[in-house]
Amino acid sequence: MRIVAKMATGGPVEVLLVPLIAILASALLFAGFVALAGVNPLEVYALMYKGAFGTWFSLQNTLQRAAPLLLTALCTALPAQMGMVIIGAEGALVMGGLVAVAAGLPLVGMGAPVFLTQLVMALAGMIAGGLFVALAGALRHWRGVNETIASLLLSYIAIAVMNQMVEGPMRDPASLNKPSTGAIGDVYMIGTIPGMDVHWGLVFGLIFCVLTWLLMFHTSFGFAARIVGGNARTAKLVGLPVGFLVLAVTFLGGAAAGLAGMVEVAAVQGRANASLVAGYGTGGILVAFLARQNPIAVIPVAVLLGGIAASGGLLQRRLDLPDATVLVLQGILFVVLLASEMLYGRLAVPRLSLASFLRLRPQRS
Amino acid sequence: MTSSAINRRSLLKGATAFGIGGALSSGLRFGTARAATLTIGFIYVGPRDDYGYNQSHAEGAAAVKKMAGVKVVEEEKVPETIDVEKTMESMINLDGASLLFPTSFGYYDPHILKLAPKYKDVTFLHCGGLWKEGGPANVGSYFGYIDEAQYLSGIVAAYTSKTKKMGFVAAKPIPQVLRNINSFTLGARSVDPTITTQVIFTGDWSMPVKEAEATNSLADQGIDVITCHVDSPKVLVETAETRGMFVCGYHASQAALAPKGYLTGAEWNWEKVYTDYVTMIQKGEKVPNMLRGGLKEGIVKRSAYGAPVSDEARKHADSVYDKFMAGDFVIYKGPIKSNTGKMVIDSGVSQGQTDIALESMDYLVEGVVGSTS
Amino acid sequence: MATPEAIGWVGVPLAVIAGAIRVSTPFLFVSLGECLTERSGRINLGLEGTLVMGAMSGYGVAWLSGSLWLGVLAAGVVGSLFGLLHGVLCSLPKVNDIALGIALMMLGTGLAFFLGKPLIQPAVENLPSINFGWWSDIPQVQEALKINPLFIVGIILAPAMMWAFRNTRWGLIVRMVGDSADAARAMGYNANTVRVLATVAGGFLAGIGGSFLSLYYPGSWNEGLSSGQGITAVALVIFARWNPLYCLYASLLFGGAGALGPALQAVGVTQGYYLFNAAPYILTLIIMVASSSSRRRLAGAPAELSVTR
Repeated sequence: MRIVAKMATGGPVEVLLVPLIAILASALLFAGFVALAGVNPLEVYALMYKGAFGTWFSLQNTLQRAAPLLLTALCTALPAQMGMVIIGAEGALVMGGLVAVAAGLPLVGMGAPVFLTQLVMALAGMIAGGLFVALAGALRHWRGVNETIASLLLSYIAIAVMNQMVEGPMRDPASLNKPSTGAIGDVYMIGTIPGMDVHWGLVFGLIFCVLTWLLMFHTSFGFAARIVGGNARTAKLVGLPVGFLVLAVTFLGGAAAGLAGMVEVAAVQGRANASLVAGYGTGGILVAFLARQNPIAVIPVAVLLGGIAASGGLLQRRLDLPDATVLVLQGILFVVLLASEMLYGRLAVPRLSLASFLRLRPQRS
Repeated sequence: MTSSAINRRSLLKGATAFGIGGALSSGLRFGTARAATLTIGFIYVGPRDDYGYNQSHAEGAAAVKKMAGVKVVEEEKVPETIDVEKTMESMINLDGASLLFPTSFGYYDPHILKLAPKYKDVTFLHCGGLWKEGGPANVGSYFGYIDEAQYLSGIVAAYTSKTKKMGFVAAKPIPQVLRNINSFTLGARSVDPTITTQVIFTGDWSMPVKEAEATNSLADQGIDVITCHVDSPKVLVETAETRGMFVCGYHASQAALAPKGYLTGAEWNWEKVYTDYVTMIQKGEKVPNMLRGGLKEGIVKRSAYGAPVSDEARKHADSVYDKFMAGDFVIYKGPIKSNTGKMVIDSGVSQGQTDIALESMDYLVEGVVGSTS
Repeated sequence: MATPEAIGWVGVPLAVIAGAIRVSTPFLFVSLGECLTERSGRINLGLEGTLVMGAMSGYGVAWLSGSLWLGVLAAGVVGSLFGLLHGVLCSLPKVNDIALGIALMMLGTGLAFFLGKPLIQPAVENLPSINFGWWSDIPQVQEALKINPLFIVGIILAPAMMWAFRNTRWGLIVRMVGDSADAARAMGYNANTVRVLATVAGGFLAGIGGSFLSLYYPGSWNEGLSSGQGITAVALVIFARWNPLYCLYASLLFGGAGALGPALQAVGVTQGYYLFNAAPYILTLIIMVASSSSRRRLAGAPAELSVTR
């Protein structure tokens, strides 16, 4: 697959201009759509702005919703650097959450120090999610199984396993009408960022994005991985350990989603249950593609989509638009952005190297 | 391109349907306008016209909308994650809501418990009956003993069944569901102790294909009366009607979907509960932290009898209904054995509806075919 | 009212067979459609969205027009429009078919949920079925053999497609384009045009598959209607080795596997229903792992197909 190889082209102006054109085009299409539904598009956009960024509450709402997307997007974006399309972030998140609880509860029972427990939970979640996605990577590399479909099927299976565990062996008998594992308790929850009503998952996500961006674009490891993504045969010819690279990168992607699962447990739910399946994995796929699989570009895109999600409720309540309005907008955005790929190299703009631009400073969009 | 034209038509049709509520909230008013009108937020976990759980609540909200001096805002398909916290806060901060009805069971812990101390002047009324002594003062929890209506359904089912085998399609083996299965079975077995109820758990609250498959499997096993505890009984009721089974409804009335086979059903009566609550708040009365009740308190009701229900069945069910209304009927009166042969309620012990022991039910009574895990 | 006798454990294989007949049709249509598309060298992962769109529009049109078969046709037309969108956008330079498929999955689902809101309540009659069980006295068998015409169409379509791939000019062109766009160009055929047409036809079939869900089984429109049948059917094509006849067998297998969980519970096997529900996914994965190899391309795989490279 050639997704990554294609991204190397295009100058810095193009890199900003093309998505801008695509976003504008999507906005116009969506405006037409809501107008057909009998709603004034300007009113829709005004509300969306209010709901996403217009007040301090809205902004926090947006950042909160962006937090899990930062992590789940990496589950797609990192393997994509190697030319793999992984869509199993939902399963990795669920596995991460479940295993984090399994690792945390005994420590909580022993009264272990809070920080240690949280650290163990985070590591357990990352390892679980990482192994889960690495499995799809391994199947791809050693058995030639298509990783897109394998990761999706694995995701369904992971959700079934989680349900079975939560209602069977791991069920807390006291969780009566909503079967759940035992709760880790308020003391062990990771809480919110000081001064904000946003949990620490946001910071974890930002750190993960920056670190993996550095790893993929500023180390020889990342360079080697991207060579595999460009052309696996060449990579083998020059003696790169392709199998190791595949496992390592898919593991990293899965670890990000697994950490998102741990955050869901340790910052939101306090326990593992069916609420872990909340569509963050699917949202992450969208973010990754819109960010053109670049870990640093994931940050603004996740905030944008977090904002769309945050404003969805307001559209329902004020304009009586259905909840699926947000889905429609996301769908349009996704399709148009992919179609806009064709514009790269075709706009009459000065061209510099994308790579050199990205290395100088974080992308702004 | 005929199809796109038709789509647009249905789209516009939809838009007008939604427009009914939209008139209330047009314009961009922000900030808190709590003085004259009471702003009330309703939050649903699924689509609000699902012929089931969410619809029953939305019908309650519709009744509240008709009251004077209120403004209602609604949001559907809100998952039991941080989303619901943000939805509640958004209703409070951006819509000025001072009364919230988060209607899904899973919204309570941790989400409502987290927000209630933060917004002390907002009243949270949660459906599920989870409030405990020492809980936040501005939180109320309510739930209905809908199994009373299930018991009545069981009686009617027993009279109507020819094979003496009942079917029950349920989502998950949780206490609320088990209680409904058990009450239905006890009702049926009060008429004929040879009756059995076969249970199928689908694993989740809304799984249309699985529910249809379960209904068909039950029909193949000679079961001729079926009922359910899933979020949207529409598919089950329609499939049962196609298979020529009798069916007892749940959550809301599905009588229109099965004109031949619909017997009766266990329904919520949130219209009454919600309008009562709002009246209380408008009058400035203190809202109780815990509100529970069954048929007598008007929190649940039953569907009107369908054509196949015999006079004998009606008479029997009505006599028990009268006892419920008088408040002197106990479903869980020992001796009751579980289907594994264990004595779960000893002879001479009587667990009334408010008995806390029933809240953590983990057994299926004798006569139910199925297991709790 | 029929009062069938209980048939106990015999009910399990019967339910699996009946389930295979009832549940397999959407799998069959989507997988045949996808098979056609993939044979031309493109993969359309968006058929899940097409399926849901088909289910919604079929139900809506049937409700508004009062004609069930018009609903089925409309579902097909909507499906082919989605196919057209996928086909045309993929023909643009640098547009990736896998990614676009995922995007169309989201768009299709979103549009269907949005437009389908007013359709959750109305009850529309179901498509008729033909009774092939007249010879049996057992009501369960009679019931199992009430067969929807769409299923029969699917059963005929599978070998017909197989035959067409081998023996007709169009079949050969599709396969040639799928195996080598350059060779096709040399012969004077435009690969993109062929692929667009194959994707449109595939979308048509997937749309029809969706209408089966809403108009026959389970037979009403709601947002939980498809639990990933569309995407599973796409996976199914791979282990059916791009062979329409194997698609038929695989679809039947899937339908049967889906009926296993409830059927086992109906006779008293009550443990582990989540795992039984996941059986179709586990099955697909196992077969995919068993039948793939890292060294050679999958037998029967179109060489131009991105998923097999």
